[in-house]
Amino acid sequence: MIDTNLFQLICFYGFAIVTVLGALAVISVKNSVHAVLSLVLTFFSTACIWLMAEAEFLAIALIVVYVGAVMVLFLFVVMMLDIKQEQVREGFIRYLPVGIIVALVMLVEMLALIGVRTMHAHVMGADPATVAGVSNTAWLGQALYTQYLLPFEIAALILTVGVVVAVALTLRHRGDKRHESASEQVRVNPRDRIRVVKMAPSRPDEPTASQEPLP
Amino acid sequence: MQLSTTILLIIALAPLAGCLLAGFLGKPIGRVGAHSATILGLAVSCALSFYVLYQLTAGAAPSYNQDIYTWFEIGRLHVSVGFMVDRLTAMMMVVVTFVSLLVHVYTIGYMADDPGYQRFFSYISLFTFAMLMLVMSNNFMQLFFGWEGVGLVSYLLIGFWYKRPSAIFANLKAFLVNRVGDFGFLLGIAAVLYFLGTLDYATAFAAAPSLVGKTLALTADMHWDAATVICVLLFIGAMGKSAQVPLHVWLPDSMEGPTPISALIHAATMVTAGIFMVARMSPIFELSSGALSFVLVIGATGALFTGLIGIVQNDIKRVIAYSTLSQLGYMTVALGASAYAGAVFHLMTHAFFKALLFLGAGSVIIAMHHEQDMRYMGGLRKYMPITWITMWIGSLALVAIPFTSGFYSKDAIIEAVGESHRWGSGYAYVCVLVGAFVTALYTFRQMYLTFHGKERFTVVGHHTHAHAHAALGDAHDDHHVSSDDPHQGHKPGELEHAPHESPWVVTVPLILLAIPSLLVGFFTIGPMLFGNWFGQAIHVEEANNVLGELAGEFHGAAAMALHGFLSWPFALVALAFVITTYIYLFNPAMAGRIKNALRPLWTVLDRKYWVDDVYFAVFARGGVALGRLFWKAGDAAVIDGAMVNGSAGLVRRIAAGVRRLQSGYLYHYAFAMIVGLILLLGGFWLMGSGPVGQ
Amino acid sequence: MITLSHFIVLGAVLFCIAVAGLFINRKNVIVLLMAIELMLLAVNINFVAFSRFQGDVAGQVFVFFILTVAAAESAIGLAILVLLFRNRSTVNVAEIDSMKG
Repeated sequence: MIDTNLFQLICFYGFAIVTVLGALAVISVKNSVHAVLSLVLTFFSTACIWLMAEAEFLAIALIVVYVGAVMVLFLFVVMMLDIKQEQVREGFIRYLPVGIIVALVMLVEMLALIGVRTMHAHVMGADPATVAGVSNTAWLGQALYTQYLLPFEIAALILTVGVVVAVALTLRHRGDKRHESASEQVRVNPRDRIRVVKMAPSRPDEPTASQEPLP
Repeated sequence: MQLSTTILLIIALAPLAGCLLAGFLGKPIGRVGAHSATILGLAVSCALSFYVLYQLTAGAAPSYNQDIYTWFEIGRLHVSVGFMVDRLTAMMMVVVTFVSLLVHVYTIGYMADDPGYQRFFSYISLFTFAMLMLVMSNNFMQLFFGWEGVGLVSYLLIGFWYKRPSAIFANLKAFLVNRVGDFGFLLGIAAVLYFLGTLDYATAFAAAPSLVGKTLALTADMHWDAATVICVLLFIGAMGKSAQVPLHVWLPDSMEGPTPISALIHAATMVTAGIFMVARMSPIFELSSGALSFVLVIGATGALFTGLIGIVQNDIKRVIAYSTLSQLGYMTVALGASAYAGAVFHLMTHAFFKALLFLGAGSVIIAMHHEQDMRYMGGLRKYMPITWITMWIGSLALVAIPFTSGFYSKDAIIEAVGESHRWGSGYAYVCVLVGAFVTALYTFRQMYLTFHGKERFTVVGHHTHAHAHAALGDAHDDHHVSSDDPHQGHKPGELEHAPHESPWVVTVPLILLAIPSLLVGFFTIGPMLFGNWFGQAIHVEEANNVLGELAGEFHGAAAMALHGFLSWPFALVALAFVITTYIYLFNPAMAGRIKNALRPLWTVLDRKYWVDDVYFAVFARGGVALGRLFWKAGDAAVIDGAMVNGSAGLVRRIAAGVRRLQSGYLYHYAFAMIVGLILLLGGFWLMGSGPVGQ
Repeated sequence: MITLSHFIVLGAVLFCIAVAGLFINRKNVIVLLMAIELMLLAVNINFVAFSRFQGDVAGQVFVFFILTVAAAESAIGLAILVLLFRNRSTVNVAEIDSMKG
């Protein structure tokens, strides 16, 4: 059988290559839908890498939340906006060299500063969750709901705000629709709606006609 | 008995009161009110000055030296307004107030038709006040105040007829040339403060001997003797004020002003401020023979060369102006020879006869309807006898005929210079001797041209004249009679009516000045020059005491006069008399022939040695050019263009360039951020602050 | 053997690709937003890697929150995009320059 380490290495490189290729595809393909789909691919392979690092909760969360929700949202928007493909290629070739150079420079600097060599010494050790005897999810949850409770609540708030913002921004009033306005309702003046008129209950010279029993 | 502070204050302030009344209330109080107020103030001042002089001489009062009022205190410098009245001061006070009073009276007649009548009286009273503050001062600061004050009033008076361009040119010239002198003067005062630590006369003179050996270090190697520096700087101020060469150019031009001020300021009083100042500073001047040699040479040069110019002048006032320059040179020569008393004595006598000459010239000018060119005069003696006689008396005093006041003072100076052994005294002696000849030449020439010989004017009766203008109610009467400018519509030499003697307000001052011109010298030379009359006021070192040596030969005024008939100066005067009498009385054409024969020499004198032209070209034009340079290149180009507009333009250009960064495109901004990040990372990387161990 | 440096390099490469994508893309605002997602992804990889190798749960917790916030942010970003498209009828980045100085 293949050595576990070697297997791990092969898997890692495979997933990593797919990730990188997917990322490249995101920024370079013409069709927007293809770009979104490439991004989905990237996320998937990243999730796999995370699984390899035994962070399974996050991997699944990535797929479920990110791919399942956010990327779908992207797709919705792309398809809704119905972007023409002709208005595309301008400037791409012209700025490609500059972009590549800048990206490369940045990559080199980042790696140099981060200190890749030293990190090469750190081998992946035992999974701390396993060491603690719980699953990764439980390990994460134990920290999340105790130490990081406040950020958790705030995150919830952020999500709420996000919902509100998204709706508030894109809300359109259609001219022909009628809807209730609570503030208007509250502001109504009774005098505008009701007028109390004093009247005799019946006419004096016709006693019989008005005394019909109520239906 | 003591001199009274109140009296001294009244002497100084009475003219000021008159000035303020005539100046501010001139219109309400009218002409009569103006001249009455000022003359009253001056009469009080004059009478009290005589009284003070009497107190100091016959009354044997001690000299007065007190601070009246604290002017300012800065650190250890304490400057006050105070009076120092000793015999020197008292003599000056008498001269100033007496001449000023006579000029005031004279002005009633001279400026009778002038629209600025009250203003004129206000100015001449103001002048008297400033001059009195100058001579009565007991410290350098008040001296400077008076100095500047007389300079200012001189400016105002020279340009009295301010609508005439020549008058404005002259008054500005006078002021600026004086300013040059004042600059040196102020440096001298600063030097006094620096070396002696005080501006008060008494303290400074007491500390003066400490100047010996002190030097002013200009650089590490160049050291100048402190006393010489102080004296030369102070004398530069005197050069400006007393019109010594080369700062003499303003005085002939100052004849643009009305004649009374020529008499008051430029003959009798202001120009003598410099002489007075040097005499007052004698304790300091005696410490520097170098400075005194400088004074001697400057004075001698002025005495001779300005006199020479006087020979070729045709304007009656100009001749007297150059004569004043020459006589100031004589006074300066006396100062340079350490004969301070002689200088001051000549100052006094000169004040009388020069004022007389100027006022007499003014009288002639009035009679000639403001014609000033002597070539159109002649034979006036039968029309104006009083003026004629008094002017002859003044002239005789000027040329120093024995027994006149001028003789005693001038001869004393000539002999003092002869006795002196100072460097430059030989040159000075030759100058003053030849100067005597020159003085006689131009004086007799002037008298003959004006009063004797054939009449070179014609009386043409009423004409298209300024009177017609006035009759038509012409609005601008500034060129009516109120100018010494001759003829509005007249040809030169044509007069409306025959000349006649001037009114009594003009002739009485002439007579009153003629008397001292004749008599003062005879009676006062003994005590003043040889009798230590000035006492402590004037300080002379024994080694330099030429007057002391002369005193040994002095046997009384009469003897001196008789001896004078046998001396070289008199011989020269006689020669000049013969020459001028021959030419101007018997052979007028000879004058023209001599002029043609000596044309180059004449041109030199006529152009006043081109000094005026050089000054105008270099300083005046240079100043204007410098101003224009500063304006165009400095202000407009550099400051406005490069600095103000340039900095704004630079900002604009930079902003226009930087603005292109704001393209509006997101990806440009993102790019900029990334580039910045890269640079930052690169910075960290280069500075080695990578991760641990890298 | 997989070391920390593998993860780090991967994260760095992803990040740089995303950065390049930010400014070589002149056509599509959506690609811009996707590049931003990629950047966040790269950061997440780094966090997970460090959390795994240091044994500290904080890294994964942080990723959790990043996911949350990124989701909210994409939602809002897309809403803005929709509005932009509504008003301009184009998503060409090169035409959005009304903030030009």
